[in-house]
Amino acid sequence: MDDQDDIVREFLVESYENLDQLDCDLVSLEKNPRDRERLASVFRAIHTIKGTCGFLAFPKLEAVAHAGESLLSRLRDGQLLLNAEITSGLLALVDAVRSILKNIENDRQEGRGDYAAVVVRMMQLRDGPCEAPAALPTPVPEEPLAHDGQTVGVADANIRVDVGLLDKLVNLVGELVLARNQVLQFTATRRDPAFLHTTQRLNQITTELQEGVMKTRMQPIGNILNKFPRQVRDLAVSCGKQVLLTVEGEETELDKTLLEAIKDPLTHLVRNAVDHGIESPEERRAAGKPPEGRLSLHAFHEGGQVVIEIADDGRGIDPERIRNKALERGLITRDQAGRMVERELLQLIFLPGFSTAEKVTNVSGRGVGMDVVKTNIERIGGAVDVVSRPGQGATVKIKIPLTLAIIPALIVTSGGDRYAIPQVNLLELVRLDGEKAKRGFEHIHGVPVYRLRGKLLPLVFLHKELRVEPATPVSEGGPLHVAVLQAGDRPFGLMVEAINDTEEIVVKPLSKHLKGIPLFAGATIMGDGRVSLILDVLGLAQRAGVVSEVRARKPAEPPALAVNSRPVQVLVLFRFGDGRRMAVPLSLLTRLEEFPSAAVEKTASQEVVQYGEQILPLVRLEQVFPSATGETLAASDSVQVLVFSAHGRSIGLVVGRILDIVETADDMQLGTRREGIFGSVVLQQRVTDLLDVRAVLRAADPTFFEQPVAQWAGERPA
Amino acid sequence: MSANRQYCTFYLDDIFFGVEVEKVQEVVSYQEMTRVPLAPPVVRGLINLRGQIVTALDLRRRLDMPERPAGRNPVNVVVRADDVPTSLLVDQIGDVLEVSEEAFERPPETLRGPARELIHGAYKLKDRLLLILNMEKVVSVTGEAE
Repeated sequence: MDDQDDIVREFLVESYENLDQLDCDLVSLEKNPRDRERLASVFRAIHTIKGTCGFLAFPKLEAVAHAGESLLSRLRDGQLLLNAEITSGLLALVDAVRSILKNIENDRQEGRGDYAAVVVRMMQLRDGPCEAPAALPTPVPEEPLAHDGQTVGVADANIRVDVGLLDKLVNLVGELVLARNQVLQFTATRRDPAFLHTTQRLNQITTELQEGVMKTRMQPIGNILNKFPRQVRDLAVSCGKQVLLTVEGEETELDKTLLEAIKDPLTHLVRNAVDHGIESPEERRAAGKPPEGRLSLHAFHEGGQVVIEIADDGRGIDPERIRNKALERGLITRDQAGRMVERELLQLIFLPGFSTAEKVTNVSGRGVGMDVVKTNIERIGGAVDVVSRPGQGATVKIKIPLTLAIIPALIVTSGGDRYAIPQVNLLELVRLDGEKAKRGFEHIHGVPVYRLRGKLLPLVFLHKELRVEPATPVSEGGPLHVAVLQAGDRPFGLMVEAINDTEEIVVKPLSKHLKGIPLFAGATIMGDGRVSLILDVLGLAQRAGVVSEVRARKPAEPPALAVNSRPVQVLVLFRFGDGRRMAVPLSLLTRLEEFPSAAVEKTASQEVVQYGEQILPLVRLEQVFPSATGETLAASDSVQVLVFSAHGRSIGLVVGRILDIVETADDMQLGTRREGIFGSVVLQQRVTDLLDVRAVLRAADPTFFEQPVAQWAGERPA
Repeated sequence: MSANRQYCTFYLDDIFFGVEVEKVQEVVSYQEMTRVPLAPPVVRGLINLRGQIVTALDLRRRLDMPERPAGRNPVNVVVRADDVPTSLLVDQIGDVLEVSEEAFERPPETLRGPARELIHGAYKLKDRLLLILNMEKVVSVTGEAE
């Protein structure tokens, strides 16, 4: 029934639009009755309504529209000339149609109205110069309105908007986000509660507005998926195969620009599946499968991303054939080939110059292929993965972000200027102090590398790639900052002068003067109003030679195989305020507790809970970071508390929500130290602030840590 | 009687230049720029023009003229070509002048070098020449430095 409702609703929207146009057309036709084009358009409009309502079984409407159509056809053919009388008749027809549509809209029925008079009048007008009844009453029967005027008609619930206007709105919202960021930076220096409250509101509203406006640019992925049934059919016929295509999740929405960007890669993958994946009917029968191959396209949302799966039940990808092919092409050494597991072998198909198609067909297999798909998907911040079950089929999974217009980015400094790095490319941040900085680098024939958890990470100096003078000379033993980035499969370390912060940035294109520079993906305006360039990590990696040569793109070994020789640190991960993630070392904690909100009591200056025999003083993070929106006591009925103890005393830190406990290498630090924040690391692909527990607790109770406690590995004693 | 045309005028050194007034979006005083590494030298940087990012071209460098003396801040003349605003950095801004079409003359054949295609011609004013720039050519700088 829902489908039927949708069709009717669409019909109504379209018809109302047509009728409004008809009103205008008829009036202007009266002034210029020989305007053939306009007559033809009027005819088409009525014809469309007639056609559709015949299909939807609205006989009354069909009869009325049919009568109008036959009159209009004579006008269009020039057998009749439009005069005021005919115009009035046609306008009455439009009114009649409108009134029937209104009834249909209200209760899916045409209503009891009798429209025979309209039909008769149409006939009379058609049949000629009439001695028409002097004054025909407007034959539209007035039906009592079934609903009062409060319900919004379908035509009023939808409007068409120019894409240019939407783009402009997106830009303006971008500006607003920037202005908001500026205000928030300013807020951090203020203590006026009324002002803080107002900026919090501004923050919230801006975020909601941003989401809302972004939605307006969203289009269902069906717009491109729906082209595949025809393509697949034609392809299958030309390859002599039988393929049944199923498409799911067409309604999944995606930003318009992204939709266009994935069209070609998707087409390529679908062609691949039909051409190479699915076997010929004979082959399938021999393998005990139904002769008709199955191909499914499935789009859905997952974790703030859009996932598209292209799955076939064909022959799958034979890892041995890949191994042989890669050896033959010299993409891997015999030694490597021997060590690679199936998953790694599958990754080889994404290397440039790899194609397993035994014969080059006109459909696919010209040596350009999966590597182009991968590059294109990665360019828009997405990822491709492939899973194969030999003999049973293969599944390619594409993950793409919802939108590109506003992205989270890491801000770094090089040569005194700030640059933004999209966070999708960021793996982790490493900071090297003192001895570590000295020992940090090693060289392989002049090429700097760094040992990251036992593996060699090629290092790229941002200032060298940009050919700028570093503002602060890299000194021996001074802190070194490395952003570990991923370009393609290949991680590399980018040496920068400083790691500043993360920010939501609005991506703006560069002018044509600068389009030729592969290192920049765009520009953005920072919180202070200055312009910063956005680095194109793939372009940077190519320029630095990290991924330039085919041979250099050996698949990285899965992290699980890496020798984890360094000691690890266990962190408690929690969320605070509106989505900010923080972590503290588990070793500093005594317990994790949850108390009902009702158990929190107030003393003169402090919130406390009864905790065993003790009274546990509570410290709220909002007191420490007033600029972040805290989850207030009233908002939930329990509080989660990290309990710290020293010298027989305990103190509880109220956090938003405890998320997870994670292991991390102890030397992978840090961003800039700020008040209450020791630095930032990337945990679970998200930038996470490391809470400076000691500073926070000391602010609450200056005598709490009387003896220095080693807090973070790598921190020098205060 | 021929039509008069209006030009937005400015100086580079003591040379007097003009751009058709319809092509000038606005004139903005000097502001901090973000330099663009690897860009052609004529690109001096990016400025934030009320939320729009605009590329600033050094007109002296574009015309192969000597560098602006240190300590002298240029002025941004923001022009529109193909609906894209670009800032031209000039030394000093002049008045909007109305000149008579009859006073126009194409540059002599002896004008060579990059200026040849950038200078459309000159108006013979009473006491000096007003050089008219071909804006489309002036702003068409592309590619990487090397």
